[in-house]
Amino acid sequence: MTDLAKGVTVLSYEAAVASFDPVLGLEVHVELNTASKMFCGCSTAFGAEPNTQVCPVCLGLPGSLPVVNARAVESAIRIGLALNCSIAQWCRFSRKNYFYPDMPKNYQISQYDEPIAHDGWTEVVLDGETYRIGIERAHMEEDTGKSMHVGGATGRIHGAAYSLLDYNRSGVPLIEIVTKPIEGTGAKAPEVARAYVSMLRDLLRALDVSNVRMEQGSLRCDANVSLRRAPTDPYGTRSETKNVNSLRSVERAIRYEITRQAAVLSDGGRVVQETRHWHEDSGVTTAGRSKETAEDYRYFPEPDLVPIAPSREWVEELRGTLPEPPAARLHRVTGEWGFTDLELRDVINAGALNAIEATVAAGASPQAARKWWLTEVARRANEAGLDLEDAGVTPQQVAEIQSLVENGTINDRLARQVFDGVIDGEGTPAEVVKRRGLAVVSDDGALREAVDAAIAANPEVADKIRAGKVQAAGALIGAVMKSMRGQADAGRVRELVLERLS
Amino acid sequence: MTEIIRASAAELAAKIKSRELSSVEVTRAHLDRIASVDTEIHAFLYVDSERALAIAARVDAKISRGEAVGPLAGVPVALKDVFTYAGAPTTCGSKILEGWIPPYTATVAQRLLDADLVILGKTNMDEFAMGSSTENSAYGPTRNPWSLDRIPGGSGGGSAASLAAFEAALAIGTDTGGSIRQPAAMTGTVGVKPTYGGTSRYGLVALASSLDQPGPCARNVGDAALLHAVIAGHDPLDSTSIDAPVPDVVGAARSADVAGMKIGVVSELGGEGYAPGVEQRFTESVELLASLGAEIIEVSCPHFVFALPVYYLILPAESSSNLARFDGMRYGLRVGDDGEGSAEQVMAATREAGFGAEVKRRIIIGTYALSSGYYEAYYGQAQKVRSLIARDFDRAFEVVDVLVSPSAPGTAFKIGEKVDDPLAMYKNDLCTIPSNLAGNTSASFPAGLAPEDGLPVGLQVMAPPLADDRLYRVGAALEQALTSKWDGQLLDQVPELAVLL
Repeated sequence: MTDLAKGVTVLSYEAAVASFDPVLGLEVHVELNTASKMFCGCSTAFGAEPNTQVCPVCLGLPGSLPVVNARAVESAIRIGLALNCSIAQWCRFSRKNYFYPDMPKNYQISQYDEPIAHDGWTEVVLDGETYRIGIERAHMEEDTGKSMHVGGATGRIHGAAYSLLDYNRSGVPLIEIVTKPIEGTGAKAPEVARAYVSMLRDLLRALDVSNVRMEQGSLRCDANVSLRRAPTDPYGTRSETKNVNSLRSVERAIRYEITRQAAVLSDGGRVVQETRHWHEDSGVTTAGRSKETAEDYRYFPEPDLVPIAPSREWVEELRGTLPEPPAARLHRVTGEWGFTDLELRDVINAGALNAIEATVAAGASPQAARKWWLTEVARRANEAGLDLEDAGVTPQQVAEIQSLVENGTINDRLARQVFDGVIDGEGTPAEVVKRRGLAVVSDDGALREAVDAAIAANPEVADKIRAGKVQAAGALIGAVMKSMRGQADAGRVRELVLERLS
Repeated sequence: MTEIIRASAAELAAKIKSRELSSVEVTRAHLDRIASVDTEIHAFLYVDSERALAIAARVDAKISRGEAVGPLAGVPVALKDVFTYAGAPTTCGSKILEGWIPPYTATVAQRLLDADLVILGKTNMDEFAMGSSTENSAYGPTRNPWSLDRIPGGSGGGSAASLAAFEAALAIGTDTGGSIRQPAAMTGTVGVKPTYGGTSRYGLVALASSLDQPGPCARNVGDAALLHAVIAGHDPLDSTSIDAPVPDVVGAARSADVAGMKIGVVSELGGEGYAPGVEQRFTESVELLASLGAEIIEVSCPHFVFALPVYYLILPAESSSNLARFDGMRYGLRVGDDGEGSAEQVMAATREAGFGAEVKRRIIIGTYALSSGYYEAYYGQAQKVRSLIARDFDRAFEVVDVLVSPSAPGTAFKIGEKVDDPLAMYKNDLCTIPSNLAGNTSASFPAGLAPEDGLPVGLQVMAPPLADDRLYRVGAALEQALTSKWDGQLLDQVPELAVLL
């Protein structure tokens, strides 16, 4: 199954990066959040019935012609500017020719040697260190449709009985952002890659140009990985791993590829230039199409479209709409929150910065927001293999849970059940509290009854407390909390126990 | 009935508007004509009789209610089978599209309907407009009404023949390298290629996107101008459509005034390889224009000699990509779908079975010309020479108002004569290709019959982009002079088909 199992040598990641220097190249496809498609007026909404958001243009019917969505061009320019790119004075679309059933024209309208944005850079911060990532280009293209292979064991085309085609996604505007080779990150390469995609996601969200939902495919990452013995050596042969659909997968897939390639090279083998597929469940990549017999895409300028020549005035106007750069924002919010360096590192590594900022904005204290995101939400996200922000709780809900704790409606322990309820779709935190009957019992009458019952059931303990051994009260408090199913304020219970036995 | 089918579109429109004739009568007369002669001519691939009569009845009703109608209201028009017209099959003369009924209507066809014209049906053409004789149609050739064993030109032989056979008063063609003008020359009719971007390509099944242009076909210059005005103008659905006012082509056709006009004779388009009768009628036409007050100037366009090789790189390159979508996955022919083969195998089998030899030849040439390592030498180089050809035009138009040449080097050849000689076939478009490469406007007008074979000869007029009106000015002047000389239109001399049949 896995190449590692087949190989003779099995290396640890640490051994791999001790012997080899990884070089990365990341290609990120971003689906724009324009209301209509790149070249026609069809809706781009996600999740509609198959083939209901189509027209002659995005179905590539004979005679149909594309018309450029101006809003998509605007988004592309803003993305380019936010990545410190130069914006082309004049550029064209090109046709990328290849046959595939989910591509209705059998060519994709893309950009080839004249991208709308090129030669930029950005920065990511990891463990207090700043990495500068070069941006090769950002170009516009149309998405393909989707194939669903039915009847096979794997859902892949191989072994399938038949395939279904859905063209709803055909023609959705995409921006492909390609980095320059990322070097000098050493053992941190997988984390830097993750931090880069995470930063990009934050940036695109701040620009409001994409929904950036990795699980829905609106942000997709292809990771190119190659190894060399020394940083001064020429680049090694690279593999391109596709289907990397979460931040966590970006890190894991690259880590896997580094380890796999190091094992191949350590055995005196040769890394094959190929496309590989990441398997989230098994945590491995498998070989796909070999790129050594590279497909010839026969690019040529798209004759159905006229060149795009954004005026400098427009570009400057768009520059004025850019949000605060991510690094500057990081500096600002962390100053306001007063986290320690260690806390801050955990927050960034967990990808919780946005969530915490939004939770603070919704009224929670920075420390409370940090606590919930890094404990309750992070644990659930890890268990489900999801990114933090896809775990099913919104920053507003976290802030609401915190306010329920602060006003004494629930305690920290009950809050965990509220998280469960919210994630299970039982409603808002307040609704979950109500539906599950989770509110702390503040009725002293009910508490007194429970305290009396506990004393009656544990006469020896009661005697000890009466004799002055106050620390023995814990056992009675525990019994009361148990009988109240946790829905009591433990401090109040303690007061009542001591009051009764004093 | 003979009077109706031989009348000009303008006459028919006037009589329909005055209710001297009904559109239904006129439409029925043309449908009857099609029924009686088209088994021999084979100008039509599909006759939309029922809908045509329904549209005609609606137009008549509109007129009887006193509602405003367009200047060609109620007149029947034939549509080349390369345009979509919702509900009517569109084949492009190819087996690969057999049975496909498009769900949408091309802008040009929609404008005909909006202007109250009556679409009779879809006309025959070389497969995907690749050819100069209509012999490449997968549904059999169209015959030339002047001589049934001759080709009517191509690719739009069906549209041109439908006019010469009096099956339609007007027709729509498309011109990529001469597919409107060369058939016009072969059939003694008028054909105009508008400025690139002057008419919408939306719904025109692309041959070569940077060259294709829809245009009017008619039996006389005035009718062509009226039809031009109906179909031209900006279309937001076509990004290459020009957002500018349409030149006053109708006014220009009416004025027919060439006094003081500077007319350039292209020295590269004549001489060796041109039939004597073609040269003779061309020279006479130029002399006639001079006698009407035009100044004749000889002009050299040195890069025109490269037009043919440039065209046969750019066109196949673009069409190899444009035709990629015909793969049997979504519409049209599907071959080899036995549940065993892969999608790729079905695509290959479908394309093998569905495309004819000329289409395959051009797909292979185009695929090669765009391939990595060859792109610069072929496609890239061709684009450079293309701009030199455009520059030749620019320089010429600094000196003259229009350029003229024969529309084609010869007259209509015999069916089958050049079918196995692609190069000889390609040379038919020698004179017409430069205008497509430069994107300017150009037309073919009847210039008489070649003495040696008695077949029609065309005069080509070329004008700068967006100066389409100049074509009509020259064409109308020539038409007036020649009809008074012949005491009638050239088409009055077309043999009565009943005799030929």
